[in-house]
Amino acid sequence: MVNKEKLLEMFYLMVKIRRVEECLLDIFAQGKIPGFIHVSIGQEAVAVGVCSCLEQNDYIFTTHRGHGQAIAKGIDLKRFMAEIYGRKDGYCKGKSGSMHIACKEMGIVGSNGIVGGGIPISLGTSFASMFKGEGNVTICFFGDGAVNEGTFHESLNLASLWNLPVVFCCENNGWAQFTPQKVYMKLENISTRAEAYGMAGVTVDGDDVLKVHEEAEKAIMRARKGQGPTLLECKTHRWFGHFAGDAQKYRSPKEIQEARGFDPIGKFQKFLFKSKYISPEYVNTIEAKIKSEIEEAIAFAENSPIGGIEELFNDVYV
Amino acid sequence: MKETRYIKAIAEALSEEMARDENVFVIGEDVGGPGGAFGATKGLLETFGERRVKDTPISESAIVGLAIGAAAQGLRPVAEIMFVDFLTVCMDQIVNQMAKMRYMFGGVYKLPVVIRAPCGGGLNAGPQHSQCLESWFAHVPGLKVVMPATPYDVKGLLKTSIRDDNPVLFIENKALYAMKGEIPEEEYLIPIGKADVKREGKDVTVVATSRMVHQALEAAKSLSNEGIEVEVIDLRTISPLDKETIFKSVEKTSKLVVTHEAVKAFGIGAEIAAMVCEEMIDCLDAPVLRVGAPFVPVPFNLENFYLPNSGDVIKAVKKVMEY
Repeated sequence: MVNKEKLLEMFYLMVKIRRVEECLLDIFAQGKIPGFIHVSIGQEAVAVGVCSCLEQNDYIFTTHRGHGQAIAKGIDLKRFMAEIYGRKDGYCKGKSGSMHIACKEMGIVGSNGIVGGGIPISLGTSFASMFKGEGNVTICFFGDGAVNEGTFHESLNLASLWNLPVVFCCENNGWAQFTPQKVYMKLENISTRAEAYGMAGVTVDGDDVLKVHEEAEKAIMRARKGQGPTLLECKTHRWFGHFAGDAQKYRSPKEIQEARGFDPIGKFQKFLFKSKYISPEYVNTIEAKIKSEIEEAIAFAENSPIGGIEELFNDVYV
Repeated sequence: MKETRYIKAIAEALSEEMARDENVFVIGEDVGGPGGAFGATKGLLETFGERRVKDTPISESAIVGLAIGAAAQGLRPVAEIMFVDFLTVCMDQIVNQMAKMRYMFGGVYKLPVVIRAPCGGGLNAGPQHSQCLESWFAHVPGLKVVMPATPYDVKGLLKTSIRDDNPVLFIENKALYAMKGEIPEEEYLIPIGKADVKREGKDVTVVATSRMVHQALEAAKSLSNEGIEVEVIDLRTISPLDKETIFKSVEKTSKLVVTHEAVKAFGIGAEIAAMVCEEMIDCLDAPVLRVGAPFVPVPFNLENFYLPNSGDVIKAVKKVMEY
């Protein structure tokens, strides 16, 4: 059973992810952020349920929809925001933006803009852990759309073959960009593919943070003990479009409404109220704390300069 | 000095670097027991064990991806991809991931990955096992592209590539694997990014790569009998390109021919020709000519018509001499 302190930390992180992304949608609409952003609103339980099982030196790989996992793994919100603004004080000096945030010190190896592109690289960090005899694990997050890339097949086979300490976490929000799952694959549960690779596979309610946490913990323990990888499928719901500003003409208003009915934060909050772990006042307190953290991060980002031309040529080579 | 073959020189470099640095490991299809498709990793499994000599499934993206992730955590992988042609099945990992990871993530990662792959025709291996694709990779910032032509160069450059903290695409030439040459008994290194003047001459500069270095040397020997002294520069590294050595030679000869086995169109010959025209047009006494393969796939049994040779180099040199 997860202790109270941990439960409250998980709740705080889920609300933080939601508020940060709501704020990002808002400032993106105001034209303050260049490029594209992809929010994970509605999917917070996956990021927090999994990352709450990890240590700082464990590695995660994330995707274009990776803000949530980065926050759940402990990224500093100020430098995160500065990167999304494309500023010099961002984690990647303004060269990555929302889609490629990395934070080496927190084990956030890097988020990937190529669907399925991070999966083979997660073999390498987990291989390095095994090679050096370190006990850390790698979590490779990807969406349901990524499982039909060849890299998924190549990587799961090799990871299973070598018992690499990695957990493949498929965040199944039912949509591969603009296409629903039933249009692009016959299987209902992606985790059933695990059997084909000789690894453990499990499908979990990805809107229930406690269930995600429980299954992630088991998978991570297996990985740490050298018992090989797991394909952990977390079924969740995407509240918004593929990218910020996506009008979602490919989705019916009814389906969107239904998706929003699965609110992982509402569900968890209900549980915490019922268990008397939190009160409405407590919720107000953390909302206020998060609000000020976000304001501080935005001020930091907006005051950070854009890198000069000299930055253009840095870091192509060592 | 001792005599060795190009393929053995590769094996020696791998073995020496694995003995020197515990973090070096080799990974690829058949690199363990079989010792690699061409024998470059023969003996490594016996010496260094399964922990550091990793036989893989036929999964090029997984091989390269694993190498990238391992390098980001401080290991020094040397991945073998059986043919340059097969690099195309892991292009995302090479181009979008490996080449950009350091830059994109703010310079926090070093990626000491070496990918070894043999290029070239001459073995009747057909259209999917004979290509020279170095210009594709030289076009990508973040990669280094090395292309040695002799046993001496392949050993020294491979050792340096393994010690380099950047991703290196190490393009060998399978038609040269059996070639014999002298190498020192003692350890030596050759810097990346330095071309080598393989023959000095005052009349025409011929810049060559890989197998065409030998064709150019043959051409130079024959032209010398006719009183034309050709300077043959072996690029050795495609990217970063050693402009200095090329420019110095062209300043002397005022005439330039560039030759590579890859198709002539859109190749590194075009890059070098453009570079010389942009920066030292006043030095040139003739147009820069390129000698490369025709713009067709490598044909199985028509290779003799396809592969550029010393005769083509001779023709080009005479043409610039007569201009």
